[in-house]
Amino acid sequence: MTVPMIAVTGAVLEVAPLAALVSTASSGRPGPGALTTFVGLVRDHHQGREVTHLEYEAYVPLAEKALARILAEAAAEWPDARLAIHHRTGRLGIGEASVVIAAASPHRADAYAASRYAIERIKQIVPVWKHEYFAGGDAWVEGATADPDDEAARAAALAIARG
Amino acid sequence: MTVRLFARLRELAGAGELVLEVAAPATVADVWAALAAAHPAVAPYERTMSCAVNEEYARLTTGVRAGDDVAFLPPVSGGAGASDA
Repeated sequence: MTVPMIAVTGAVLEVAPLAALVSTASSGRPGPGALTTFVGLVRDHHQGREVTHLEYEAYVPLAEKALARILAEAAAEWPDARLAIHHRTGRLGIGEASVVIAAASPHRADAYAASRYAIERIKQIVPVWKHEYFAGGDAWVEGATADPDDEAARAAALAIARG
Repeated sequence: MTVRLFARLRELAGAGELVLEVAAPATVADVWAALAAAHPAVAPYERTMSCAVNEEYARLTTGVRAGDDVAFLPPVSGGAGASDA
């Protein structure tokens, strides 16, 4: 089965297929010399509360377009880096992977930077919502007002990525 | 006009998908006004929500036509944690 570069899926996330996808050499670009994988995990606590599980809701078609946009933005900044991103939806238990980012590049600096950029942009513009369940209640977590054209937000993500 | 709502907005309106009649010519802002009139509980999100038309991000000033698919999105929280990942 072909593994897509981007996915918003209810299936359990796996790191190895994404790592293989981005680190496979392809003609017309320099071969990889570094691979980074980032895996976001469901935490057992948030703001002093004990979390029992989460539910991620997504606007899937728009979320996949937003992930594609992040790949294009990263490709413009780090042309030799290859990136793949999968985001989970549905009910997740503590310690399960919510997001996987694999990045490969000829030299490690670009893979690290592209990966960091991707997670910062995901939190800014991908329409996914986290519903937290904890002992005695539940709450929606609300972060950024999604606006892909907000250049200040994009610049902030870039600044973090470049360290 | 089909209106899609997600997460907390979906809960406040009591539906993830609803149909609203909005007089033409109309913008996304008009659709939001119709939604807020029908479901006043969503009103506090006016300043923080995002919108999309036909599965593309849009602005409140974006024009809409009968049959369009309009979505309103509360602030997002994907990735590995909203603020402290």
